[in-house]
Amino acid sequence: MFKHFISLQWKSFWRSASLSSGIWMKIFMGFWAVWFIIMMASGGAGAFFYIKKELCLDPLEVVSRFLIYWWAFDLIFRYALQKMPVINIIPLLILPFSKNKIVSFALGKTMFSFFNIIHGFFFVPFSFFLIVKGDAPVLNVLLWNVGLMALIYANNFLNILLNNKDSLIYIVGSIMAVLGGLHYFGYFDVTQYTAPFFQGLYTSQFLFLVPVLAVVGLYIIAFRSFVKDLYLDAGLATKSKNVKTENLEWLDRFGKTAIFLKNDIKLIKRNKRARSTVIVSALFLFYGLLFFTGAIEVYNDPVWKIFAGIFVSGGFLLSFGQFVPSWDSSYYPLMMSQNIKYREYLSSKWWLMVIATFISTILASGYLYFGWEAYLAVIVGAIYNMGMNAHVVLWAGAYVKTPIDLTSNKKAFGDKQSFNVKTLMLSLPKLALPMILYAIGHYAYSPYAGYLLVAIAGIAGFALRNMVFDKIERIYRTEKYKTIWAYKQKK
Amino acid sequence: MKEFIEQRSIKQSGHTNKKNKRMIGVHNITKTYAGNTVLSIEHLEIPKGDSFGLVGNNGAGKTTLFSALLDLIRPTTGHIENNGIKVSESEEWKSITSAFIDETFLIGYLTAEEYFYFIGELRGQNKADVDALLAEFEDFFHGEILGQKKYLRDLSKGNQKKAGIVAALIGNPEVIILDEPFANLDPTTQIRLKKIIKDLAADPNVTVLVSSHDLMHVTEVCERIVVLDKGEVVKDLSTSEETLKELEEHFNK
Repeated sequence: MFKHFISLQWKSFWRSASLSSGIWMKIFMGFWAVWFIIMMASGGAGAFFYIKKELCLDPLEVVSRFLIYWWAFDLIFRYALQKMPVINIIPLLILPFSKNKIVSFALGKTMFSFFNIIHGFFFVPFSFFLIVKGDAPVLNVLLWNVGLMALIYANNFLNILLNNKDSLIYIVGSIMAVLGGLHYFGYFDVTQYTAPFFQGLYTSQFLFLVPVLAVVGLYIIAFRSFVKDLYLDAGLATKSKNVKTENLEWLDRFGKTAIFLKNDIKLIKRNKRARSTVIVSALFLFYGLLFFTGAIEVYNDPVWKIFAGIFVSGGFLLSFGQFVPSWDSSYYPLMMSQNIKYREYLSSKWWLMVIATFISTILASGYLYFGWEAYLAVIVGAIYNMGMNAHVVLWAGAYVKTPIDLTSNKKAFGDKQSFNVKTLMLSLPKLALPMILYAIGHYAYSPYAGYLLVAIAGIAGFALRNMVFDKIERIYRTEKYKTIWAYKQKK
Repeated sequence: MKEFIEQRSIKQSGHTNKKNKRMIGVHNITKTYAGNTVLSIEHLEIPKGDSFGLVGNNGAGKTTLFSALLDLIRPTTGHIENNGIKVSESEEWKSITSAFIDETFLIGYLTAEEYFYFIGELRGQNKADVDALLAEFEDFFHGEILGQKKYLRDLSKGNQKKAGIVAALIGNPEVIILDEPFANLDPTTQIRLKKIIKDLAADPNVTVLVSSHDLMHVTEVCERIVVLDKGEVVKDLSTSEETLKELEEHFNK
């Protein structure tokens, strides 16, 4: 029986429209998977040596202390990105499979998810060095690992149970944020209370049973609730809330552009996929901490400051913008047959990105804490983002042809990410160019000359706006038929 | 419904009202996918004010023709004119043309009202204009569209279709293209829709293009019926008493 499921999965993966579209896609996906694995593995090894040599602390103790945050982040991350295993179940319901089989397959499938396996790449090398270099007893390290993996899998099933319960995840997220804040400013250290548990997984030989039993329990609960909900009007139903009609008339001052701007705001507010993109872009705001706190050594090179500035101010631009016009993919034929000028459509997207960049820049004023030069990098990054990157993103978008399913988060990472040589080439001016410009100014004259050069490039982008829009408009028009066709290819 | 038509006629009285002026012209178009010709029409003219019905089995090319008319697909050869404008070269035809082909013409995350106002804004209609038009369709909506507190994507297929059809009537379009408008509708709504299409057809300024699998409906509302088979025009009939019989015989072969 499982043979059938597996062959169905196999076909659905390899025959999906967006994957079969090109070899580049596969290479790109493979590249990112390998990259992640290498990063995690070297992180695991690196953490061991860094803590031992540089901080002269016990690596296991330090890692155990912070595991509570790791665990919470994992849960939030999963909630935002991991897809639910409900897809493709409906056609199976009336076939002669028992419901238990369907559910155990669906749940079993999630166990092999990248979200679970990736953790192993950190903990296995870390544990390896613990044993080899740290002379830790093999059995205890092993039990520690079993306990951790059990916690990770507990998250896996917890996420299935929590799916669509938005409020719960926000509560977990805000509790963690508050605890993290209290910890950072030294008022209250939650790790003091949680570390003994994680440490205990190592020192005690029986504590690992707690997470293992938790996983078994959660699996059973998830299994039961899944079987119980295997009805079209229960677990498989698409939920619909009562909604209100909104006017957003205050946007009308933007003229014709407002028509689309209003729509885009509703798009972001009302669709899960778009919302998670906004959440991700909010996380970019904190990305600069890695640079300005000197947490990572390679990032101390001054050129990376401008890289940070681009990301901090342009999180939304880069994460939302890269999928323009795919956000409108489900009704693209409507847009194309309506009385719409491409220019207005594009400029509304442009305004959206500019407004978001502006807001990000204001929010990023917290970086003033690290001195006004840190914030200057953000401001210069913002100018470059508005002037240059907003155009480049729209331009690259003309070649993006993967439809987006707005209502689900599935494959926010995976094969929806359209990829081809053109978009790769266009990503260079987004990040590399400002860094190069800055480096020229910085090394030839002074840091301020570097900032000035980047800012000038951004302002030049503004000045060329009309010309660039003409060009983008032409590309959108020639790509139109291909785009409509591609958007019709649902998974 | 009568008021609706009168209102339209008043609004459009400024237009030239010459019957038989060519509205749609199809010239030598073919569409080929990987060596497989799905559409091949040498010549087809639809005069202004006509009500034009398109019938044919699955895969006959009905939706392909409508999509080409809307410049959503590019024909392999030939071109299509709408009001004297080549659809693939200029976008001027868009302001007088509206269509509902399938659910890709709906914006799933809007409520029905928001969707109507959005289309209205694109077509230069303010809220009051749209509200006045919607009021005419209260019967047709049957209380299931307006004020529903639901997004369009959460409405039933039939109700989605109702919203899509009415949206295609916003802004006094001169060419209205409806693909399979009767499918998925309940009997009461089908009857009301026939009335709406007949009233539109009665307006000499409005050219209606409808496709259907239901021979009865289409003979009832269209003055002219074209049968497509494997992408080619095999019959071109002016509707009369015998048309339904003739069509039934054709499809019973």
